[in-house]
Amino acid sequence: MIEVDKKTFEEEVLKAEGLVVVDFWSPKCEPCKELAPQVAELAEKYQDKAKFCMLDTASNRRLAISQKVLGLPTIGFYKDGEKVAELTKDVAVEDIEAKLNELA
Amino acid sequence: MSETYDIIVVGGGPAGLAAGIYGSRSRLKTVILQKGTPGGQAATTAELENYPGFPRGTTGPELMKAMREHAESFGTEILKEEAIDLDLDGEIKVVQTKSGKEYKGKIVILAPGAAPRTLNIKGEKELRGKGVSYCATCDADFFEELDVVVVGNGDAAIEEAIYLTKFAETVTIIVIHDQGTLDCNKVSAEKAFANPKIKWVWNSVLEEIKGDGIVESVLIKNIKTNEIAELETNGVFFFVGTVPKTDFLKGKALLNEQGYILTNERMETSLPGVYAAGDARDKYLRQVITAAGDGAVAAFAAEKYLAEEESFTEQVLKADKPVLVAFWAPQVEESIAIIAELEKIADKLGDAVKLVKIDTYRNERVAKRYQIEKMPSVLFFSRGKAAAKISGSFNEETILSHLKALNQPE
Ligand SMILES: Cc1cc2nc3c(=O)[nH]c(=O)nc-3n(C[C@H](O)[C@H](O)[C@H](O)COP(=O)(O)OP(=O)(O)OC[C@H]3O[C@@H](n4cnc5c(N)ncnc54)[C@H](O)[C@@H]3O)c2cc1C
Repeated sequence: MIEVDKKTFEEEVLKAEGLVVVDFWSPKCEPCKELAPQVAELAEKYQDKAKFCMLDTASNRRLAISQKVLGLPTIGFYKDGEKVAELTKDVAVEDIEAKLNELA
Repeated sequence: MSETYDIIVVGGGPAGLAAGIYGSRSRLKTVILQKGTPGGQAATTAELENYPGFPRGTTGPELMKAMREHAESFGTEILKEEAIDLDLDGEIKVVQTKSGKEYKGKIVILAPGAAPRTLNIKGEKELRGKGVSYCATCDADFFEELDVVVVGNGDAAIEEAIYLTKFAETVTIIVIHDQGTLDCNKVSAEKAFANPKIKWVWNSVLEEIKGDGIVESVLIKNIKTNEIAELETNGVFFFVGTVPKTDFLKGKALLNEQGYILTNERMETSLPGVYAAGDARDKYLRQVITAAGDGAVAAFAAEKYLAEEESFTEQVLKADKPVLVAFWAPQVEESIAIIAELEKIADKLGDAVKLVKIDTYRNERVAKRYQIEKMPSVLFFSRGKAAAKISGSFNEETILSHLKALNQPE
């Protein structure tokens, strides 16, 4: 998992080729913290298929809003820098894996 | 073969965790199946000011973490599993989970709680997570220096609105009642009225949420004048009550029309060995303290149930001689006399027969199972099966002839 912020988001996500999965989270969001280790496992499992990033929305609020993320947890899927899918609220790791398989 | 639990609890909010504490502490093998993090709705509120013992309040997540650790310290297993289907009819209940596993238990305590009610206003669903929220602690920090709208005026709505003022620039509360009328408690109302960041829109309901991929404005309708006004906002928080999370129980004859689980005072549902606790139950007050209280009652009742069942199995079903099971009730005088009579007969017969008395006032379940409607009644058991039944008055001869029939080889 790559930790991204307002300085690196463009480089790591918007300019990246292929599939990038972004886990939007914040330290106050309990469901996010719950999900994080499971997403990390997916990152390991699918390391050849997609790049996995984490974005702390609490310290990158404007960036999150520019990505139209205003609720947590949100998992964004980017393909060649374009947002192609998103899962938000009540996100289960199974749903992320299914979406990943659909897009990869 | 997988192991069988004494108690399977579905849901790890305050109700489920309290059931876990009481269950494990009675040395019953107890597991809680909890989708996601334990804590339930209580873990989604920062302001918890009415839980006894915390006069200055505690936070929901902190209290729930403590409850979870408390349950685990007595040996409750907490597994991250979502129950999706249940077979509750047999003596051993089976719970199926989303991950494809099966759990077996003698008792099931249902504590799935509730989820925020949605109003299905235009734009509400589309903009969920895009400015539409049902959880202030989860999403408040997005709205620093921004403007939000709160829909609702009960305890949760007003308390969460006050919490939101720590982040947002303005919090506009839309209230359906006349000016000054709120459904919440007085303390919270006074606090809210004194808060300079809170604005009020009275006699109004939310009509529509507008925005292109993110909330931009709302349409508010005045129900007195029918006028519609547009208000720019960045977020909309709904606190308009909850609905029980009982979809996975549909068709099980446990629910009322609104989807709440029906129980009696002992938290027993209509199915033997199945209990319910907390917000998912049809009840008067839905709070952390009552949820925890329900959980305690359910686990206690479950413990008694298991003890009674075990004793019936040992005493009656596994007995190596014919058993007379006498059903009586303290309020039925005739049945008391009959018991005395039966004791005499059993004495006379000595080792050939065993007498087990069941007070149906305290243990209705066994009586119901064997369809005992009249007191007194006597059931004759042989090799674990009920072979004959007599109800009402009888004499020694009837008893003896029934016993004789039992002793005939099959
Ligand atoms: C915003 C807000 C503020 C509140 N403020 C207060 C307050 O100040 N004081 C107070 O006393 N009360 C407050 N309440 C109410 C209180 O939170 C609830 O009454 C209490 O949490 C109910 O507990 P419960 O265990 O019955 O259900 P819940 O807390 O809803 O917990 C149920 C749990 O079961 C899980 N679950 C559901 N279905 C399944 C399934 N099929 N499989 C596995 N797991 C499942 C859920 O994920 C959830 O974690 C508030 C509620 C809200 C929403």
